[in-house]
Amino acid sequence: MDKALVNITSLVQKWPDSRVPTLDISELRVGHGERLFLRGPSGSGKSSLLSAIAGVIEIPPRTVEVAGSDIGSLRGAERDRFRADHIGFIFQMFNLVPWLSALENVLLPCRFSSRRRQRAGADPALTATRLLRELGLGDPALISAAAMTMSIGQQQRVAAARALIGAPELILADEPTSALDEEARSSFIDLLVKECTSGGAALLFVSHDRSLEDHFDRVLEMPELNRAGRRC
Amino acid sequence: MLTLSIKSLWNRRFVVVMTVLSIALSVALVLGVERLRSAAKSGFANSAAGIDLIVAPRGDQVQILMATVFGMGSTGPGISWTSYKAVASMPAVAWTVPVSMGDNHRGFPVIGTTADYFDHIRHSGGKPLDFARGRAFSAADEAVVGAEIAAKFGYDVGTTIVNAHGAGEVAFDVHDEAPFIIAGILAPTGTAVDRFVLVSLGGFDRVHGAPDTVPTDPFAAALDAGQAAAHGAAETTDDHKQHDDQHGNDNHAGEVGISDAKVRQHGNVHEPDKINAIYLGLVDRSTILSIQRFVTEYSDEPLTAILPNVALLQLWSITSTAENALRLMASAVALAGIVGMVVMLSASLDARRREFAILRSVGATPARVFSLIVMEATLVTAAGIFVGYLLMLAASFMANSALVAQFGVRLAVGLPGLGDWKLMSAILVAGILASTLPAIRVYRMTLADGLSFRI
Repeated sequence: MDKALVNITSLVQKWPDSRVPTLDISELRVGHGERLFLRGPSGSGKSSLLSAIAGVIEIPPRTVEVAGSDIGSLRGAERDRFRADHIGFIFQMFNLVPWLSALENVLLPCRFSSRRRQRAGADPALTATRLLRELGLGDPALISAAAMTMSIGQQQRVAAARALIGAPELILADEPTSALDEEARSSFIDLLVKECTSGGAALLFVSHDRSLEDHFDRVLEMPELNRAGRRC
Repeated sequence: MLTLSIKSLWNRRFVVVMTVLSIALSVALVLGVERLRSAAKSGFANSAAGIDLIVAPRGDQVQILMATVFGMGSTGPGISWTSYKAVASMPAVAWTVPVSMGDNHRGFPVIGTTADYFDHIRHSGGKPLDFARGRAFSAADEAVVGAEIAAKFGYDVGTTIVNAHGAGEVAFDVHDEAPFIIAGILAPTGTAVDRFVLVSLGGFDRVHGAPDTVPTDPFAAALDAGQAAAHGAAETTDDHKQHDDQHGNDNHAGEVGISDAKVRQHGNVHEPDKINAIYLGLVDRSTILSIQRFVTEYSDEPLTAILPNVALLQLWSITSTAENALRLMASAVALAGIVGMVVMLSASLDARRREFAILRSVGATPARVFSLIVMEATLVTAAGIFVGYLLMLAASFMANSALVAQFGVRLAVGLPGLGDWKLMSAILVAGILASTLPAIRVYRMTLADGLSFRI
């Protein structure tokens, strides 16, 4: 394996109760700071691939390497720690803790990762506030509002700020714009790309929406990448 | 983690408050029962402080203890003054205090004794009896009352009181022909002494040996309805004879067969024919068993010498079944409170699967999530214990006057003692251990379990 940030080799992943693999990828590399767009229809394995890279699902050893670590060889708690240290994940459903405020949600990775906390600066709360402001949530009332009281668009920005805080090397974004209209979608991608660039993070963005391709360095078609997806 | 726990609990505050209250009630009950039990025990134990042996007519040692120390029940036919002198003259005996019983004052026991009572009887680990006001009785028509009686009826030095025959609260035979003037009021002891009216042996017998007089009762209006009814009838000579005859068959041994002729005065020392019991202090406590044997083998009349502490142990063994049942019930309620908490935590797990998954997705390890659940349970249990303790204090404060009036037991209202800390720690540990059940369930959940729902 070379010095790419994400290095996938011969990844075959099956759900426990399935005979057919969900992922069958012979090779995928994502460089440091690269912005890669993975496009594919629903069911093509996009979310599963991101989950495999983030260590959310079990994968075989020596198939996925991120920042030099073999994700499949890490045990559960080690994967959790590795994810917090190196990866920011923007989920399709945002997955904010509903009873925490926007600011507290953004600061969550800093609670569990000393690496992220150190990289978030002397005052992580200030950094979080700056990120939220740059993502369009500058209103102090919004920052201190509980996540469950926010609109979808606001939740999406909070989720992005949470992924970006502490400058992780890799940002994984799982169709975070699917609930937005075209104008808001484009504006959000611009902001996300800008923040990733300023933090030096690689961005792996998956979506079915071709109109977003222009914002990225490279575009890959998921059905071409994932042989299991083609079989589906 | 603590901040997260508090915020998570605040998010579910209604259920949490209900759970805290449930635990609080359990804790209040457990602590209250324990305090009541220990207050009753220490009150009993302190009442018999300073007495090495109690000599009484042959009988059951618990019955003798209850009658002579706590003024509850009777001791049987009585001890002759000759026997009293025989016991008192033994070289190993340091002091003796004779006691006569059988009368009551508005439901409180009247004890006939000597002024030595105030020198030798101890309470609360050896403290002597102190007078809050006044002094010991020095004449046959003087009385000393315990702190509780003085407080309850508003008595002070100089107040005139009238006693009645029998130990019950409702008196049908009031000795209003022989009133007593209160010479002293004892400081509170927290023991049975607080509920005693103490008069001299001469004064005690004077009631039953006094010539007939027109009954006068300055407190008739203040007495209970039942007592007031008894006061309404004047005692006649026949009444007195009948009354004294009754004493011969009941616990009023101090006046067993008492008539004018039987109440004698030898110099300055009044010598009744019979008394109910003798409190004994020994020169050397190692002789206690030989004195006990001497008394048991005393040939002139059947006597028993009981060791108050041994009799108390027997009393505790008798009451232990009820005590254990009470403790068991209190523990069951405490257990129900903790089970309620586990149910609350478990019921919320499904709803919180996503919350835990989110925490793990941002780096919280399974152990961290496990500790979050345990931390929440610890906070809920600790809050329940704290509120429960306050509830128990409030209940004790409110119940104390009734408990003192009815049972002579006063619950401590203050900081927790060692026993309280032990109980509260046990409940906290039980709560923490119980919370590991739902926490283990969460620990085993996979991260992917909860990441597919919308807020």
